[in-house]
Amino acid sequence: MTTNDFLQIGLYLVVLLALVKPVGSYMALVFADTPNRVLRAGGGVEKLLYRLSGVRTDEQMGWRRYAIAMLLFNMAGLFAVYLLQRVQQWLPLNPQHFGAVSPDSAMNTAISFISNTNWQGYTGESTMSYLTQMLGLAVQNFLSAATGIAVLVAVVRGFTRRSADSIGNFWVDMTRSTLYILLPFSLVIALLLSSQGVVQNFKSYVEVPLVQNTVAVETVKDAAGNTVKDAAGKDVTKETPVSTQTLPMGPAASQIAIKQLGTNGGGFFNANSAHPYENPTPFSNFIEMLAIFLIPGALCYTFGCMVGDRRQGWAILATMLLIFVPLAIGAVAAEQAGNPALHGLAVDQQASTLQAGGNMEGKETRFGIAASGLFTAITTAASCGAVNNMHDSLTPLGGLVPMWLMQLGEVIFGGVGSGLYGMLAFAVVAVFIAGLMVGRTPEYLGKKIEAHEMKMASLAVLVPCALVVICTAIAVMSPAGVAGVANPGAHGFSEVLYAVSSASNNNGSAFAGLSANTPFWNVLLGVCMYFSRFLLAIAMLAMAGSLAAKRHVPPSAGTLPTHTPLFVTLLACVVIVVGALTFLPALALGPIAEFLMSAH
Amino acid sequence: MGRLIRSALMMLLLMTVITGVAYPLVTTGLAQVLFPSQANGSLIQKDGKPIGSTLIGQAFVDPKYFWGRPSATAPQPNNGESSGGSNQGPTNPALTDAVKQRIDALRAADPGNTAPVPVDLVTASGSGLDPEISPAAAAYQVPRVARARGLSESQVQAMVAMATQGRQFGMLGEPRVNVLKLNLALDGH
Repeated sequence: MTTNDFLQIGLYLVVLLALVKPVGSYMALVFADTPNRVLRAGGGVEKLLYRLSGVRTDEQMGWRRYAIAMLLFNMAGLFAVYLLQRVQQWLPLNPQHFGAVSPDSAMNTAISFISNTNWQGYTGESTMSYLTQMLGLAVQNFLSAATGIAVLVAVVRGFTRRSADSIGNFWVDMTRSTLYILLPFSLVIALLLSSQGVVQNFKSYVEVPLVQNTVAVETVKDAAGNTVKDAAGKDVTKETPVSTQTLPMGPAASQIAIKQLGTNGGGFFNANSAHPYENPTPFSNFIEMLAIFLIPGALCYTFGCMVGDRRQGWAILATMLLIFVPLAIGAVAAEQAGNPALHGLAVDQQASTLQAGGNMEGKETRFGIAASGLFTAITTAASCGAVNNMHDSLTPLGGLVPMWLMQLGEVIFGGVGSGLYGMLAFAVVAVFIAGLMVGRTPEYLGKKIEAHEMKMASLAVLVPCALVVICTAIAVMSPAGVAGVANPGAHGFSEVLYAVSSASNNNGSAFAGLSANTPFWNVLLGVCMYFSRFLLAIAMLAMAGSLAAKRHVPPSAGTLPTHTPLFVTLLACVVIVVGALTFLPALALGPIAEFLMSAH
Repeated sequence: MGRLIRSALMMLLLMTVITGVAYPLVTTGLAQVLFPSQANGSLIQKDGKPIGSTLIGQAFVDPKYFWGRPSATAPQPNNGESSGGSNQGPTNPALTDAVKQRIDALRAADPGNTAPVPVDLVTASGSGLDPEISPAAAAYQVPRVARARGLSESQVQAMVAMATQGRQFGMLGEPRVNVLKLNLALDGH
């Protein structure tokens, strides 16, 4: 690795950590139970929204009602996104005249966006009308993120409330997340991105003449739609000269801002944040990386404020960094080392002052290795899934990092809200294990952890693991599953494992060589995304409901303090051990096998 | 339950108006006023007509032009309507073959140049639209372009320098050369 690689990683961490406290304390004000200056500023709009939708702000919900409100709201979003895609050809703001999206793809995309996954089986610039992107996809970017934050706040109330039968009001939490956090932050980020060259308009695509003509090569198909082969068995191709280039346009900046900030990850264009109109400069790339970790990182501080002990929040953040930083450095180092397969050829992969060097397949020149490898680690540690380089072309170990970061359950920063409530499930497991060691009833944040909490925490930890392992097995055993695989050998297995890991942990990035826009993949991944997202949220809300009903236990001499380096280490170990034990066998068949084969 | 369903539908509708209509319209209004050129695609204009974008690369195969990053878009390279990379894995033989062919093409256009080729010049970019190459990839092509155009190498190097950008704020990203700007400058635009 070069000095600049380390500098870019270091600068990112410094800026991120500097933002955690101000943003975190601002969010604590947003979710405060008592009025304050932040809530007064938006009070008028808030009240109007509640009145129009018949929400009683004084209503406090038990965990069941909270969960039902959350599910109904997301179900309504699912139907809206599905319907928009199916009828977009008759609706306005469709300058390229795109037709209806197929039912299985529309269903997959609808689940994908409401579950904060943003797995994309389609090509944005040639499938979705501006209207579908704005009213369907961009809206769910906000609402799925707001849902995540709302559930987190409700889970934290489980710890803070004593002998209570309620954990808050879903409508209020969701509305406040959107109005006070996601909207204003997105606007600022969108304008910063736009200043760098991200497009933001409603124009038709622009056609420009090429300086030098090029050639389009297409395979010839017969009347039945099969490719025609010549005598030697090769595909017959037809060449047509091309003298123009079509530049895509659209309201991209507004959507990209929330796709990063809400850890959604669904690109406006197919190449996602590798597209120069979606991520034009190293600075826009820095802003996009910062936006991914901003809320998940700052929520740790908010959590500390809410439970009345900021050290608890810092301890969780320290655990996340303890796992993230070495893996991020590993990803950059693996890519900087280059691709051994090209060593025998006359290719210069050495880093120098004139080039980034390393494995540049699938990467953009302006990002080189450091800004690509760091983005890869960030987008998969958080459940964002935006990509600024093509993960399918990563080196074996460079590809193992993002895959494993997802498989750890998206708790290393994770999704907005969902990452932290996932980590709190791990924290409950960690205090339970510590309790077993010393033979005491475990406590966390002043609440006794008993059988019901352990069941719910185990569910939250194990559901995504089970989905990954079972659905990967189903996919590799079905002809329809392996039909979409693009690369030969161990890497082909990695494509399948990556896709299922991504969907089952609501990440959304892909080893994109896999042709996943087929009925089989759309349905399988749709199931993974839906159940992982909502089973987890319900389990955590159920845990919060039972915790809220308990009395507060004052800490005693036998209580394990949960803000110490010892607890940080214990928590990190629990996360790593669960992730390693579950996935090492599968990883050995994919990236590890590929690494061993390419190394010799 | 009925009240929850009504709230869910109304909330979705209201939030759609706020985040799906008001937010993108306000952002568009502000961006069009503050950053009109960037918000409309960073287009290069000639005689009032767009002739390209500084952000979107074009394909070049003529020895007198600087070549950009290989593009894996279909059916033609640098297809603005279908961005994306090759998605070839590192051990895929198709990747090694593609790199070999690109080396051969560069060598055929520049016989006698046996220097190792900078890696970004023979590997496909992530977007298929990468507008830039590394300074090393530009330096590799200077003698060929100079010869094809009957210019001195220092003349061409001076034009490369004009199209070169360092790391942003001296630290972020990588130094790079904008290929379309450079080639338009060589053609005298």
